[in-house]
Amino acid sequence: MSHQTLQTIWFILIAILWIGFFFLEGFDFGVGMLLPFLGKTDEERRAIINTIGSVWDGNEVWLLTAGGATFAAFPHWYATMFSGFYLALFLLLVGLILRGVSFEYRSKNPDPKWRNRFDWMIFTGSLLPSVLLGTAFANLLRGVPIDQSMTYTGNLFTLLNPYGLLGGLTTTAVFLLHGANFLSLKLDGKLREEARAAAGKIWGVAVVLYILLAIFTYISGYWARGMVNPGIAPITALVVLLAAGYTIRQKMEGWSFALVALNIVLTQVTFFSLMFPNVMISSLNPAWNLTIYNASSSQYTLTVMSIVALIFVPIVLAYQGWTYYMFRKRISTDKKSLVY
Amino acid sequence: MDSTTLLLSRWQFGLTTVFHWLFVPLTLGLGWFVAYMQTRYYQTRDETYRKMAKFWGKLYLINFAVGVVTGIVQEFQFGMNWSGYSRFVGDIFGAPLAIEALLAFFMESTFLGVWIFGEGRVPEKVHLASIWLAALGSNLSAIWILIANGWMQHPVGYVINEVTGRAEMTDFFAVIGNPKAWIFIWHTLADGFAMASFIIMGISAWHLLRKQYVDVYKRSFQMAALVGTIASVLVFLGGHTMGQYMYESQPMKFAAIEAHWETSAPADFSILTIGDLSGKREVWSIRFPAVLSFLACNNFSCEVKGVNELQAEYEAKYGPGDYIPLMVVTYWTFRIMMTIGFIMIAVAAWALYETLRKPDFENAKWFKWLPFWAISLPYLANISGWVLTEMGRQPWIVYGLLKVQDAVSPNLTPLELWISLIGYTAIYGTLAVVMFGLMKKYATAGPDLAMHESVDVAPAFAGADD
Repeated sequence: MSHQTLQTIWFILIAILWIGFFFLEGFDFGVGMLLPFLGKTDEERRAIINTIGSVWDGNEVWLLTAGGATFAAFPHWYATMFSGFYLALFLLLVGLILRGVSFEYRSKNPDPKWRNRFDWMIFTGSLLPSVLLGTAFANLLRGVPIDQSMTYTGNLFTLLNPYGLLGGLTTTAVFLLHGANFLSLKLDGKLREEARAAAGKIWGVAVVLYILLAIFTYISGYWARGMVNPGIAPITALVVLLAAGYTIRQKMEGWSFALVALNIVLTQVTFFSLMFPNVMISSLNPAWNLTIYNASSSQYTLTVMSIVALIFVPIVLAYQGWTYYMFRKRISTDKKSLVY
Repeated sequence: MDSTTLLLSRWQFGLTTVFHWLFVPLTLGLGWFVAYMQTRYYQTRDETYRKMAKFWGKLYLINFAVGVVTGIVQEFQFGMNWSGYSRFVGDIFGAPLAIEALLAFFMESTFLGVWIFGEGRVPEKVHLASIWLAALGSNLSAIWILIANGWMQHPVGYVINEVTGRAEMTDFFAVIGNPKAWIFIWHTLADGFAMASFIIMGISAWHLLRKQYVDVYKRSFQMAALVGTIASVLVFLGGHTMGQYMYESQPMKFAAIEAHWETSAPADFSILTIGDLSGKREVWSIRFPAVLSFLACNNFSCEVKGVNELQAEYEAKYGPGDYIPLMVVTYWTFRIMMTIGFIMIAVAAWALYETLRKPDFENAKWFKWLPFWAISLPYLANISGWVLTEMGRQPWIVYGLLKVQDAVSPNLTPLELWISLIGYTAIYGTLAVVMFGLMKKYATAGPDLAMHESVDVAPAFAGADD
């Protein structure tokens, strides 16, 4: 295959990895943020944690794989973005560290103080990455200062502009909604009702933020830099988000979850369409943009990686899907059924 | 870029990597032990095996949690702190890293989730298979990252693109078949078994001294003594092979490890060398004739090039510069690692001999202190080994191709680095304390606590009454 075809394929593959990550870890993060508020007693909190207990680690690997694939396929993208967003990524890592150990360590001591501390670490560790990823992605679309040697010349505060922050808030709100929907699907009894009620409240906030972000994107012209027209993806994303408001009220939990999930997928599809063929937009000079053509690996590496991906991605999808099927039952607050 | 950001980036990489590595070998080795114990229970229905799998499985998970979260930092910091490196090697180094995530991380995390949550929910066979797959996933992950690291020590299967100045892969199979990497893999996977064996022996001895859960810990101890002996010998043989390969592929590192200044044939082995404060000049030494030649090439007469000649050679080849690693570090870390390696073989072999000879080995005098204190040995050896192999590569980040000073991210400021360095140190320090506390609690509580899925279900120890 030609180098250009391979570069396009890898752009799409990395987009798929990010979409998978936002879809899966999106509800994980949402659940983590809702934990201290929805769970009033220890049993309730344990039930909430148990809804994602068996899958959160596997979901997080989507992020690692997206990072690794970016390194292998577009080294300059990886180098510029990771060194450029240095402190933002440091805070993201702090969040993921706090979250990851908390799931395992929380249950190891019955002392309420101990557990409460870990609950808030799960909250912080879910909130930080949500805000930061949303902010980072909004900035990718907005453009960041990159000089002609592909080096980022800003700092953390460069990213904290109104558009970036709006992106962070919107992402956080959508993840909260996604998490609440997931909980209403996975929990039972009183908690299930409360999760659905929470979803109803968050929905309004998410819709307002989402519309603001769309308007901001349109007015600033951030949508007109790429080569691919996202078509009906953005408008469909908005429509399904609005429709979720109806299904949440009608207690159609499966539909609500699917609609918000679809919103997340379509938002990402829109994002990557608007970026293509750029991977990092320079706010200093469009000629200094990183594109899939000037940031990529050699044809040989991309060919090797394509073969590897072709063999192993289906296998991974199969067994990860299988675990969701395996643990599809609702979780109750009955102590005997809880693990964490 | 100034020298402060370089220095801080190096300290940060060293600290985060060494800390991460405190947990990895135990994950690598203990997973196999737990899988084997659970398999034996499945086959025999012997409750002792079930208790063993539960108890060691709990420690495995507590240890795993820290290993996994500190591992994420590893994957990110190549780009964050070493963007020059990432640009230069992405074509080659990125590939095994991406494959590691796709092949190993998914497997490890998904099936560990099934194992933790699956008992009683999935068929027993599936539950058993999941711990084997999780253990396999961890070890596969080690294999891929060592392939990546092996390439930094001994680059193969690449060309330097004249236009871009970047390394490009020409032969994937040369990269994954890199002999340097496979010696690393041999040394490291065996090291995982050795680490797990010493932990099992130490904790088992602690319980056996108190005459509690004798069936569980006696069997654990015997198993670990056998595996520990074999693994320690394999670690040593892997290390010896690595030394010989280093003599050919990284002669400067080899000479620096030995404080071998002048080229000679046969070459002496230094028992003790005292250098001056710069760590780069010898003041006084005791040497063993011809042994270094034997270490390098299995005969007592071959020539081993000295640091001074190599420095001159490298200057001629790569231009002016200092090509000598910090010798006080390479010299001493090697001696610490090697001495401990021998002690580990002796301890494990002695323990094995005693367990085979006497059924009441736990009453012997040496048993009161040796196995417990020996837990520290693999940790010290592992830290020394990694400091040695990474510091011995200096000033290169990719041997002979790219220097560390050209690899660091040019945009970072000392302030940003101080924030992250202090942040990681504080978080890792806290993690270490919490994790050690939990390890101690579960290790000393014995299998009863671990038998219950959560501490709430059965308050089996003092204080757990909710």
